Amino acid sequence: MISSYYCNYLFTFDLKYLPHILHHVHCTDEYFTDGSDDCGNGRERFNICQTLWEKIKMDTEVLQEELNTKILDSLLDFIKRCTSSFQSRTDDWTSHMRASEIPTAALVLGVNVPDHDVTFQSLSELLRKSVTPFAVSVQAKECAGRLLIVIMKLMGVGVTLEDDEEDTGIHLPHKKVSCSVSALSQWYKSMMKTGGSENGFSQSPPIIVIFKDFEAFNPRVLQDFILICNRYIQELPFIFIFGIATSPSTIQHMLPHSVSSLLCIELFQSLPCTQHLATVIDKLILTSQFPFKLSSKVLQVLVSIFLYHDFSVRNFVKGLQLALLEHFHSQPLSVLCCGKNEALLYAQKLSHQDVEMVRQLPSFMRYVENREPQEQVHLLTSDEGVREVCQRFLKDLRKYHKNYYPVLKCLHSLTSSLPKYPLGKQIRELHISCMEKNVWETNEYESAMQLLRLLAKDELVLSLRKCADILKPDKTKKMKSALQQLENYIAKFEQLDKEVTSPGKDLQKKTDLFQLQKTLLEMKGTRRTKKISPFELLRNEALEFIDGLVRSYLTPPELQPLNEVCYYSSSGVLRRHLNATPRTSIQTALSHPFYYLQNESLKTDAGTVSNSAPDICIAYKLHLECGRLINLFDWLEAYATVTSAAEGKDPDSEDFGKVDELKHARFIQAVSELEFLGFVKSTKQKTDHVARLTWGGC
Amino acid sequence: MLAGLQCPGYPEAKLSSVSERLPCREGQAGTLLALMGEPEQYCFPSIFIYGHRATGKSHVILTLLKELEVPHAAVSCVECVSAGLLFEQVLLAMFGSESATLLPRSPSLSDFVRIYRQFCAQEPAQQTRYIVLERAELLRDMEANLLPGLLRLQELVDDNVTVILLSEIVWDKFRPNTGCFEPLLLHFPDYTKAELLQILSLDSNPSYSPELYSSYINILLGVFYSVCRDLRELRHLAALNFPKFCEPLEKGEAKESDTHKLWRNIEPHLKRAMQTVYLREVSSVQWEQQQMEEKEATALRGLSAHAHVELPYYSKFLLIAAYLASYNPARTDRRFFLKHHGKIKKTNFLKKHEKTSNHLLGPKPFPLDRLLAIFYSVVDSRVAPTASVFSQISSLVTLQLLTQVGHDDQLDSPKYKCAVSLDFISAISRTVSFDIVRYLYDFL
Repeated sequence: MISSYYCNYLFTFDLKYLPHILHHVHCTDEYFTDGSDDCGNGRERFNICQTLWEKIKMDTEVLQEELNTKILDSLLDFIKRCTSSFQSRTDDWTSHMRASEIPTAALVLGVNVPDHDVTFQSLSELLRKSVTPFAVSVQAKECAGRLLIVIMKLMGVGVTLEDDEEDTGIHLPHKKVSCSVSALSQWYKSMMKTGGSENGFSQSPPIIVIFKDFEAFNPRVLQDFILICNRYIQELPFIFIFGIATSPSTIQHMLPHSVSSLLCIELFQSLPCTQHLATVIDKLILTSQFPFKLSSKVLQVLVSIFLYHDFSVRNFVKGLQLALLEHFHSQPLSVLCCGKNEALLYAQKLSHQDVEMVRQLPSFMRYVENREPQEQVHLLTSDEGVREVCQRFLKDLRKYHKNYYPVLKCLHSLTSSLPKYPLGKQIRELHISCMEKNVWETNEYESAMQLLRLLAKDELVLSLRKCADILKPDKTKKMKSALQQLENYIAKFEQLDKEVTSPGKDLQKKTDLFQLQKTLLEMKGTRRTKKISPFELLRNEALEFIDGLVRSYLTPPELQPLNEVCYYSSSGVLRRHLNATPRTSIQTALSHPFYYLQNESLKTDAGTVSNSAPDICIAYKLHLECGRLINLFDWLEAYATVTSAAEGKDPDSEDFGKVDELKHARFIQAVSELEFLGFVKSTKQKTDHVARLTWGGC
Repeated sequence: MLAGLQCPGYPEAKLSSVSERLPCREGQAGTLLALMGEPEQYCFPSIFIYGHRATGKSHVILTLLKELEVPHAAVSCVECVSAGLLFEQVLLAMFGSESATLLPRSPSLSDFVRIYRQFCAQEPAQQTRYIVLERAELLRDMEANLLPGLLRLQELVDDNVTVILLSEIVWDKFRPNTGCFEPLLLHFPDYTKAELLQILSLDSNPSYSPELYSSYINILLGVFYSVCRDLRELRHLAALNFPKFCEPLEKGEAKESDTHKLWRNIEPHLKRAMQTVYLREVSSVQWEQQQMEEKEATALRGLSAHAHVELPYYSKFLLIAAYLASYNPARTDRRFFLKHHGKIKKTNFLKKHEKTSNHLLGPKPFPLDRLLAIFYSVVDSRVAPTASVFSQISSLVTLQLLTQVGHDDQLDSPKYKCAVSLDFISAISRTVSFDIVRYLYDFL
């Protein structure tokens, strides 16, 4: 039945930290210049890449802040409210009667854990700046046993805050700073006495503890901590913030009623990450601002990693960064992928080698093929001619982008309200299908247009207005004229309103029976011929116009000459890097050592392993031929035979295939390596046997 | 009633003030006083007091000790993450800060005893000293010799000292199996309804008459007594809902004597409170705000209303696969995930114990291999076994949607359990249009 039981457990470790590693790969320009090409513009490409990345990074950060403002503001409000209620704690009847609860904010952030860091960072910065110096954030892995770390961090904060006062001595003997909340309470009091009012914060700033990953905490530790804090709530104004990834009901799962009744929990919900991604795509990809573009396949890889695997916007941006880096590294002509003036300048200075490369671009070749023979010769022989054409192409490419995105957005706003979303709900889906082929030739486009033709007037006018709003900020001539036309249509639609004249009005005037009969017959006749009403006429006209826009501006980028300069299209590379398949790589390494080692002697036909391959490869190959249980001695014998052959011994000689100590040791090592990789494990079912853990894949 | 507390050696006035402060606990206080005897007399070495939450254990003991000005140290064990902290706090309260600094790093019981004896020799006890340990059940998790040592502390330090342990758990759950000194057991029973009424009526609002308040408490207890007998919680609820109760009075719609009208006003409100604020679905502050704003139609959504979790596509399928692996017997996998499985009759096929509903028995652990095998067969497209699929499994573990079972050794086939409910998984599978019920053995 289940044919492929995998030995995958090797890889169940967290790969969440991959972006960290990516981040630390310090890219220098040497990496670019030492690449496969010898062109001199490696340094330039590196610089362009750097500046572009800086810009993208800055934009995403700004975006993140904008998206976070709402939730952070409401959180800050809550904390300020709690703080003031701490300070204005009066001795009236209610406050005396009420059980003292710890104010708690349950911050629901969604399962995209890697993205939370940014939010928490800006949150704690905000808190330190405007509310209290005593804000600490803890992670579950920092406090496996007890939440002592909170106290240590808090006191640590205090020491850095009041560096100069340290020698005068806040009386805590260094030998044993006892980490208990009572010590904290004393420390807090002394802090308030010495410098409470100086540092610009309110009289008794609250102590804010942020639990970054609430789910990962040990429930008992958390319960104890809450119980302790609650005992001191009169002296220490605690406020908790729980960072929750799943749903707020986990609080109830983790804390029993006796503990959760000590908390006063308020809920804060952040934006869903899909919306976040939509904004990021809108700002980084669907814009003509950046010369660097992703092809449809690459974008699909990045989006599918997001949707299928991690929901992490941060990883998406990291993927974009990797694409950027790969593009500038692997494509020598990417030097032209920059601002307009610089690109033109570079195009003028293209060296002979570069020009040759331009000639080999598929898009350029396609262009040349469609020219007159004379021009073809000119383009293929004269470098200067290519340089000039290049400049023109670059300009065209820019224009193409400037028109493409507004029209794309228009089409999306028109079709996104249609039932069943024939062209996709999200604009990225439309973008991808537009990049893949001529969108107007698809069935989906056809059906969308048909649905649009059925729209009622007010709906149509509304969506046309939206389109006009989208086109407004654009400054290119073509878009301006398109806007003009669109507004004309809208005006015409509105005029129709006023000229509504129903034939019924005439009907009422006729009192003569004969006349009435006659007109009724006439009307019947007209209905049969199905006379198109002026509205329908206008609607068709308007839709024709939209269709025309789509046909002229939403052509796939591949048809644009020189698109390879801007478009990064090796989706395979990206997928290999971002969505690694460790199991496949290990198997490749074991069964085709040549693939990684690139040693000529290892080159073999498919399915066989050269006998001079590394020991582990031979052992692996031999173990594939066995059943579920492998007899170690047989395995060793087989191994010895193969290695003897590798040593070039005569197959007929006496000690051929004999096991000496060296071979024995090498074999043992190979087997234990296989065990480490999870291919075999020792078993107690049979002596001198190991169990095989993988099936198939011979 | 007032005659209840009598003990030679303590001034009468103090005793009567103590008995005033301990309503409905005269009997227990009397027993304790009898145990304590006269100040300079030796007391029983260790006393174990147990009773439910908020039955006045700490209150009675601490009031007695404080009012009668007896030397004592009160420590809550929940604060003492190590025995060292416990010793430090006891010494601090008994002999001042000087003694506590003498303790070495991570002190043992014998260090404590040594220092105690040293200071005890300097200032021998004029009166019995008391050490009160709240939430004593946590002592069981500390060093094995701590609890037996504390029970015999009188002998060990050779001083007039008594250790009082307070706990919500009965002594039977404490008793170390090596045998130890048996403390004197004392039970604090739950307050009865009448007692609760009497105690709660004591803190009446100064701006209204005590009769009104006690009638309010009566209504409150009528609603809440069946679910909550925790005095502290009841006080909290009383304070939260009292403004609503007084509303008709403030507006002049009713007089204090219109008990029926007041009852009609408050009763539905209290019932709603039981479902929301008592369970902490809605926080107390939000509840009060809601009361003030009078927006009852737009009731706040409680915490558990937000149960929906958005997961990546493959995580959803991993979770579904985990659920199937947890609730289906492994032998039935063939039937669900293989095309030509042949007919398997439910009755003959399974062993006897497998015939009971798996959902009643709870999730069973399953190895990673089985999870992945099911995953690959339920997910509709071909999925490469990439690293991110595996990292999603561990992400699900950190999100507590799966739990890892048994040893921490990751290399030797880890086992998991699915920790989500049927409702949750049905909601998840609906979003990926997967009919989970068709794949569950229990629903065949």
